[in-house]
Amino acid sequence: MKNVIGRNIPEYINGIGKVEPFLGAWEKLKKGWMDEITVPPPNKAKLPHQCKSCMDLKTAIEKTNPHDGMTVSFHHHLRSGDNILVMTIDILAQMGIKDITLASSSLNNSHDSLLKYLKDGTITKIWTSGLRGELGKAVSEGVLDVPVTIHSHGGRVRAIHTGKIQIDLAVIAASAADEEGNATGAHGKSAFGSMGYARIDSRYAKQVIIVTDNMVEYPCTPTSIQQHYVDYVVKVDSIGDASKIATGTTRITKSPMDLRIAKLAADVIENSGMFTEGFSFQVGAGGASLAVAKFIREKMKKSGVKGSFLLGGVTSYGVDMLNEGLFRAIFDVQSFDAAVSSSILKNRNHIEISSGYYANPYNCGCMTNKLDIVVLGALEIDTDFNVNVITGADGIIRGASGGHSDTASGANLTVVVCPSFRGRIPIIKKRVHTIVTPGETVDVLVTERGICVNPKKPELEESLIKAGLKIKKIEDLQKEVEGITGVEKPIEFTDKIVGIVEYRDGTIIDVIKQVKNAN
Amino acid sequence: MLYIPGNNPAMLQHGGIYGADSLLLDLEDAVALNQKDAARILVRNMLQTIDFYNSEVCVRINHLDTPFGREDLEEIVPLQPDAIRYPKTESVEDLRKLLAIIEDIENKHNLPHDKMTIHAMIETAMGVQNVFDIASFSSRVDALTIGGQDLMADMNIKNTKEGTGIDLARKMIVMAAKANGIDAIDTVFVDVNDEEGLKKETEYAKNIGFSGKAVINPRQIDIIHEVFTPTNEEIRKAYRIVKEFKRNKEAGIGVFAIEGKMIDAPVVARAEYVLELAGIDYKNV
Repeated sequence: MKNVIGRNIPEYINGIGKVEPFLGAWEKLKKGWMDEITVPPPNKAKLPHQCKSCMDLKTAIEKTNPHDGMTVSFHHHLRSGDNILVMTIDILAQMGIKDITLASSSLNNSHDSLLKYLKDGTITKIWTSGLRGELGKAVSEGVLDVPVTIHSHGGRVRAIHTGKIQIDLAVIAASAADEEGNATGAHGKSAFGSMGYARIDSRYAKQVIIVTDNMVEYPCTPTSIQQHYVDYVVKVDSIGDASKIATGTTRITKSPMDLRIAKLAADVIENSGMFTEGFSFQVGAGGASLAVAKFIREKMKKSGVKGSFLLGGVTSYGVDMLNEGLFRAIFDVQSFDAAVSSSILKNRNHIEISSGYYANPYNCGCMTNKLDIVVLGALEIDTDFNVNVITGADGIIRGASGGHSDTASGANLTVVVCPSFRGRIPIIKKRVHTIVTPGETVDVLVTERGICVNPKKPELEESLIKAGLKIKKIEDLQKEVEGITGVEKPIEFTDKIVGIVEYRDGTIIDVIKQVKNAN
Repeated sequence: MLYIPGNNPAMLQHGGIYGADSLLLDLEDAVALNQKDAARILVRNMLQTIDFYNSEVCVRINHLDTPFGREDLEEIVPLQPDAIRYPKTESVEDLRKLLAIIEDIENKHNLPHDKMTIHAMIETAMGVQNVFDIASFSSRVDALTIGGQDLMADMNIKNTKEGTGIDLARKMIVMAAKANGIDAIDTVFVDVNDEEGLKKETEYAKNIGFSGKAVINPRQIDIIHEVFTPTNEEIRKAYRIVKEFKRNKEAGIGVFAIEGKMIDAPVVARAEYVLELAGIDYKNV
């Protein structure tokens, strides 16, 4: 069957079950309540003064009743510096556990060594927001029988609430913790800031292990993870590589191309009608997205416009804007560099939030719903403004859904920034390979070669034109780019589905097919 | 005016996106000796295939005293970019030789002699001495540019932030350009990370009469535009001067005052220039 944006979705997928096709960005939420059941979190008990500390991770895992077919979850706050996920799966594999469902909030290159476990049946199912490196390639080539489910950050919380993901064991890395399992990412040698993605796991997993390289005296504050959800606590030498945890994405780019795109995007924002007193704002880290923040910061200082809150993945650049009084608060689900951690500790207007608070569509008001302006990147965008942030030009999974569709759905103004082509590969296409974010939630595309406004926003186009900005039709820009790059040779796929892309409301917006003859 | 090395396809293909008024596709100093033919072929092909949007396109060829200059002209002139920039122009003899070859190629291809212009680059002490003759030699010469780095090398002086050593040259070049009603473009500012320094030098260049400045990195373009673009206040003031002038002229008054300051023909001419820079048709104010 075809979903509402014309993607072919099977009604039933082996290993996944019956599939609900995408209906439109807000269609399912209109009623105000959801028909899906809410799964209760587990009831647990500890005796008074019972010790939770274990001598090592293996001992802790042994106590959690590991078994074949179990679901193990992790957070990705350690980014590419993560040691804990692989360490855990190594232990489970040594125990001979098979058929594991891996439910990390995201996966990246630091998890490449898991590949052998996908091949030998240790891991047979994956839920994740992102997939990169060797794992992304192997999944795209069909290493698993059951398709990987790609979810958004908000969608993951919904999936846990509704029991689609039922976590048997959550192994949660923390940069500081106490003996009862109160834990944080805000201080310690491996500090990584907010623990927003891990909170839902701590609440819903049947067993919870906190792993830290920094045991502190009781109590550990702030209590990002609270002791009454935690079963065991383990001290290890290192939870990760600090240099890779802080990814250095807070430097403003010097790339003239990114700066050009960012400046145009900032001009769009300034003249959109949304750049007004009390606006809320989210940008990504690195590249053109962060550079937009630089230009917006300058425009705010010049015009005297003050914002209400910054949201999202937070960089030290955002912290500077908070400290300068340009915004009143930061809601922080994920921190991109170590400098952010100290702000969480010191500034009460720098508020650590859970991913449910951030973006879960099944609640009474996630923060993304309150967002005015978001600036997002894209691997591909098509002439219907649909965005792909998960598969590359070769059809291989190499990206992350993240909060892309969550924020696009919530924001009054969604600006996508990307170059019109990379190398010889066009980014603007007639049809993207994989839809993650539907075009109906995207308002403007800004590239180095022009600005395109979604035709569903004629009033926005009018105000941009009035401000002297040159607007191109996206179809014309697509043709212009094709004139430079030529037409791509189509990627060949088999009929095998290797991934399904869940929209934030749990419907299926697209499927990813197995790449034929991948290199 | 943005310099782009002629052998860098990635930079060339994006040349037009940065909003530079003019692009300089360089076959000369930015290109290593063993890359000269590659650059020439690449620039030739790019001129035929890439849309540089609203930027004027110039090509800096190698000097005719090198083994590459003649071949550069053979490949580039038939494509008629907006201008050819000629390095190390020292005398009218240099220009005479250059124009003879260009016109010969244009004749072979049935091309007019009045479309593509010449930018004479002054970057030696001898060039500075002869700059007035160079500027007035031909109507095809529509801009003078100063090559600061080469000029300093020729004068055997060091680069300073104040540009003291080439200050006289700057002013002589501007004067020669103004005397002939053509543009003068200032030299590049080499420290791309020093935005304040760039702004300061650009303001100086503007104040002594340059009409533009060359850049080596697209990041420098906005700063230069900012300096050369009249502010809203300047535009408002110029508009008022021109309007008042018209009203007074109709009443037979040539000199008048606004807020106690004398307004006469030169002040009006300057105000008209400001409006022109702002894209306002001053004749219909």
